[in-house]
Amino acid sequence: MLGFIIRRILIVIPTLLGVTIIVFLMLRITPGDPAELLLGERATPESLEAMRDYLGLKKPLYVQYGMFLKRVVQLDLGETIWTREKVSNEIRQRFPATIELAIVAMLISCFFGIILGIISATKQYSWFDYLSMVTSLFGVSMPVFWLGLMLMLVFSLSLGWFPMSGRLGVGTDFRIITNFYIIDTILAWDWKALKDVLLHLVLPAVALSTIPLAIIARMTRSSMLEVLRQDYIKTAKAKGLSQPKIVLKHALRNGLIPVVTVVGLQFGILMGGAILTETVFAWPGVGKWLFDGVVKRDYMVIQGGTMLVATTFVIVNLVVDVLYAVINPRISVR
Amino acid sequence: MVRKIGILFCVIMLLMTGSALAQTPKKGGTLVFGRGGDSVGLDPAYETDGNSFMICDNVYEALVFYKDESTDLEPGLATSWTISPDGLTYTFKLRKGVKFHDGTPFNADSVVFSIGRMMKDRKVKFFGKGWEIPKQDRPPEYWVSMEMDNTVDSIEAVDEYTVVFKLKRVDAPFLANMGMDFADIISPTAFMKDPTSFVRNPVGTGPFKFVQWIKDDRITLEANKDYWDKEKGPYLDKLIFRAIPENSVRFLELKAGNIHICQFPNPADIPLAKKDPNLQVFSQPGMNIGYLGFNLTKEPWKSNKALRKAIAHAINRKAIVDNIYQGMGEVAKNCIPPTMWGYNTDVPGYDYNPELAKKLLAEAGFPGGKGLQEVTLWSMPVPRPYNPEGLKVGVAMIGDLSKIGIGARIVSYDWGTYLKRQRQQPEDMDMFQLGWTGDNGDPDNFLAVLFDGLASDAIRTQWHNEEYHKLMLEGKQTIDQAKRAEIYKKAQQLMFDETPVIPIAHSMVIWPGAKNVMNFKLHPTASVRMRSVWLAK
Repeated sequence: MLGFIIRRILIVIPTLLGVTIIVFLMLRITPGDPAELLLGERATPESLEAMRDYLGLKKPLYVQYGMFLKRVVQLDLGETIWTREKVSNEIRQRFPATIELAIVAMLISCFFGIILGIISATKQYSWFDYLSMVTSLFGVSMPVFWLGLMLMLVFSLSLGWFPMSGRLGVGTDFRIITNFYIIDTILAWDWKALKDVLLHLVLPAVALSTIPLAIIARMTRSSMLEVLRQDYIKTAKAKGLSQPKIVLKHALRNGLIPVVTVVGLQFGILMGGAILTETVFAWPGVGKWLFDGVVKRDYMVIQGGTMLVATTFVIVNLVVDVLYAVINPRISVR
Repeated sequence: MVRKIGILFCVIMLLMTGSALAQTPKKGGTLVFGRGGDSVGLDPAYETDGNSFMICDNVYEALVFYKDESTDLEPGLATSWTISPDGLTYTFKLRKGVKFHDGTPFNADSVVFSIGRMMKDRKVKFFGKGWEIPKQDRPPEYWVSMEMDNTVDSIEAVDEYTVVFKLKRVDAPFLANMGMDFADIISPTAFMKDPTSFVRNPVGTGPFKFVQWIKDDRITLEANKDYWDKEKGPYLDKLIFRAIPENSVRFLELKAGNIHICQFPNPADIPLAKKDPNLQVFSQPGMNIGYLGFNLTKEPWKSNKALRKAIAHAINRKAIVDNIYQGMGEVAKNCIPPTMWGYNTDVPGYDYNPELAKKLLAEAGFPGGKGLQEVTLWSMPVPRPYNPEGLKVGVAMIGDLSKIGIGARIVSYDWGTYLKRQRQQPEDMDMFQLGWTGDNGDPDNFLAVLFDGLASDAIRTQWHNEEYHKLMLEGKQTIDQAKRAEIYKKAQQLMFDETPVIPIAHSMVIWPGAKNVMNFKLHPTASVRMRSVWLAK
């Protein structure tokens, strides 16, 4: 097992190297000059030259790439072009917001998705089955943007149950240490702030969870249906085991294997930041940050951000692979 | 009779005190300002975007201030100034008893430090011990693009409260430039403590102190209790700038009472705000111009004035303003905004007249558009303050041109490429949309910077007109404002006669806010100044 994990971590290195080369080259091939965008209409040839010089854009490509790689090896992602802040600091401030949101959204979608899937599978072709599958179809096709606004209108503006946008109320103040606000408020022993943080998480997490929830529900249903048709389930039934015991103890474990893959993939996607959800809910995470970086051609943000996303994805995949083995020991880790 | 007069007097007194009471600012409270994005940085010398400047506007101050509702100048950190007869020496007398938020006293040396650090060749002299100003790596964008290195020769602190600027050339807009954000005075001790992190920890003399910055979320400021101008504020205890990227969400937050001012709402939300009894609407004509330029480096545009005029009369600019600007703008007659001094109201402007346009087109040698190849109309890919939707404006223009027989098509690039290629005046560009937002309220900042092609290759319109060039030089070198106004009026008439570009529109800035926000005024320079703003209960 340990050898497997080490091997997988070592594979990360060429993967990331590939990512840096592709991102680096793609950025340089796509039109758009960061200096031009930074200075806008008022750029003069002199100011542009000075800025390109400062940004190191006049050096040959391989020199620029070499400098970038050298820094990466030293775990330094450089400074952003626009904000002159260390990329690692920018990430440290935003990534926790994304992780918090992704975890809560994933918990919601796993919990409801798996339950819905199981019930649908055990009661195939019942009204519940139809209803939940139609609803999950809606979930997949619903634009987050629209859903977000509707959630705000109903649960915030009309009912006043949840805050509308942002990560923190205006009056809430506590010492930010880790940037994971749930952890920070607990560390500060500030329950009022914790409540505020949790309430702020609800609407964006619900909006973000719809698509993964729907996918997980459908996946669980089809996988469970398949498992429930297996001979050993029949045997279990013949043995006289109760339905819940058959489903939860015998079927679920096998039925969950493809679901774990989907959960992993979805989680990886969410960890890369959800641009639309973050934009609608004014959620200060990495998705919007990376998107803005692309629009502004902030090479450092894009390079650093894609490295982060790629690394996260690889790690999540690794965890999923390990989880396989835990759920089903018959899958050997080689 | 005496009694009646007495009663009348009492009533008048009551009314006066009543209105005075209604206007007495209340202290306290937190104002939340909802804006579309986060600040980029908070070191005024290096910023270029509105979201950064709006924080700087409240944390820092400059030697001269723009008045509350115009770009006329008034004393700021300098109480007075004198200009030598040759226009090359400016002597500023500074305000005494002012302190930076970190306790450092404001004096002539801090001015020398703040402005001097932007100079390429630092000819600066401190009065006291002074500082070794660190080398600047990043070019200070505004200083460079306003060509301040060609203007300022040296800065010297003559005594503790007197600073002398020696100029290399007479430059009438110099004083107005000193009111811009890039010329804000910073605390040298705070900067020297950690030059690289000053951009995130600003220290100035302004009415509000910096407290906290949560990236992409909020910037919190608090009242500067030791502010030097107690009469003007600050009244608010706290000021929070929240970044809410989505326009409709920002407006919903305003409706829910979670923010007090909503920047850049969707145009469709403005009528809703006007109807809402809990909201008010702030508006101000923007100091900007959106125009349609011709590629004046190539024929037929270069020398065919009748053709340019034909196009000016063919385009229905009112329809563009009504439908695409959605009423948040006005049709432009000149290339400077009407609120600016020196604006020439006598210029008639080009009316929408397809018949006249056809006649002019025939005069130009292209009757019914015959002989004119398909024209390329470059349209902007991004919304800008002076043009909300370049592509739609382009489509409307093409429709108008086709009515007089001119075939045209839209060309667009990503914004960076657009700006870059436009400057090269390429062969495949016939007409282009562009515009400008003013910096310092000086007509020179529009008329010379945008249209005097003889001054530099970098001028985006490349209009080569000797007479205009002379007027621009004269305007720059004349100190007397009344005389300058006359010069710029002449220049506007000349532009109307020659039609090097077609002015399209000046956009309006309209922001809704909560009813209890008092004394908030939008400024022509788009700065957001909260010094005298207060919250009614």
